[in-house]
Amino acid sequence: MPLRLIARLDIKAPNLVKGVRLEGLRVIGDPAEHAARYTAEGIDEIHYQDIVASLYQRNSIVDLVRATAERVFVPLTVGGGIRTIEDIRTLLRAGADKVCINTAAVRRPDFIREAATTFGSQCIVVAIEAIRQKSGRWEAFTDNGREHTGLDAYDWARRAVELGAGEILLTSVDREGTARGMDLEFIRSVGQGLPVPVVAHGGVGCPQHAVEAADLGVDGIAVAHVLHYRRHTIAELKAALAAAGHTVRMEAA
Amino acid sequence: MSARVTIVDYGLGNLHSVIKAFRYLGANVEIATDAQGLLAAPRLVVPGVGAFADGMQGLRARGQDAALRRRAAEGCPILGICLGAQLLLAAGEEFGRHEGLGLIAGTVRRIPDQGVKVPHVGWNRLWPPADDAERWRGSLLAATAPGTWAYFIHSYHAVPEDPAAVLAIARHGPHVITAAVRQQRIVGCQFHPEKSGPAGLAMLQAFLAEPA
Repeated sequence: MPLRLIARLDIKAPNLVKGVRLEGLRVIGDPAEHAARYTAEGIDEIHYQDIVASLYQRNSIVDLVRATAERVFVPLTVGGGIRTIEDIRTLLRAGADKVCINTAAVRRPDFIREAATTFGSQCIVVAIEAIRQKSGRWEAFTDNGREHTGLDAYDWARRAVELGAGEILLTSVDREGTARGMDLEFIRSVGQGLPVPVVAHGGVGCPQHAVEAADLGVDGIAVAHVLHYRRHTIAELKAALAAAGHTVRMEAA
Repeated sequence: MSARVTIVDYGLGNLHSVIKAFRYLGANVEIATDAQGLLAAPRLVVPGVGAFADGMQGLRARGQDAALRRRAAEGCPILGICLGAQLLLAAGEEFGRHEGLGLIAGTVRRIPDQGVKVPHVGWNRLWPPADDAERWRGSLLAATAPGTWAYFIHSYHAVPEDPAAVLAIARHGPHVITAAVRQQRIVGCQFHPEKSGPAGLAMLQAFLAEPA
């Protein structure tokens, strides 16, 4: 499988927003328009993260997923506010291919098992948003890095896989939105050795940052800032990954 | 006049992505929830996500299995996608042995999993079968470059009796997976053209261009 480059779009419906360390949000523009442009430029996957859990509100993430699926023809992952099997069904029906779960899984780990049994592991992603603790280990957080869970990220990732998670998304809250490079120690210590695909997220500001994470053997790299602020193109990121010996999908229309 | 295409709805899985892709391409999309809707259709698409037996059960309950066989015999272009591609075969081995539509002789088997992850999920490259580099000529893949990336998500694949029915393969570790099958005007894609970016849309466009 090639290394996947994933465009991470934080959504405060109806807008695409971007923060630093998951806070201090700025409006970037129209999500579907950005998703369509990134698709045309060769992105491998789109990830919508609803940061206000708008599932059943007016102008909801569901409407946005539906509108996006009309013009974006690459896999679409959607997360944020998913609490029930019915929430997952609603998003998959609207056009999502995978769903991403954090808080609901922390509160009730068996939700992962129920979701994987109902829809298949391949469409259940468990997100781990971690912050380094004084002990030197990483703790999983919820609510955009604000709420402690008491869960050790290493242990929680393995438990999530046992319960049926088909993919683990590792977000470094400290690096997210900073464009200062990924937390390689976090990715290495928590991500390496997991038997399912691992996506690293948080901190890519230039092609070299993506290469550093790729060299650790991750299956996907999620980027936001670097694309939203047009610091580098998808082609530049992929060219750097290919030059470093990683297999990437290279054939934008 | 926009090309007409009929999507077979047999009560299973997600039709929306396929419908949206054809609409995006400007097609006049109809959705057939019964057998009647298949009989006059100029082009048929069998999509689907789910288990083989559930898929056949859904087609049978609506009489769509017989309608598909009839339209196939009449030379109607048929495109199966993912589970829809597997249902074209004579039998499937997911959760026991089950009879398929039998439009292509062969069996749907589990992907070999020695040394690789199953399900096979993600982007992989499409190639003509090793014994025939010209296999794509005159097919939906005629304009597709060998090595084009497509999006897969599956644990089973078609193993046709006649190796000439293998239209495209993908390599998964040391294993060769059937990526597409073809018999005359019937094509099955194990991958999802509607999720394979511009290259996948081009294949769906080629299907719309098939003379009805």
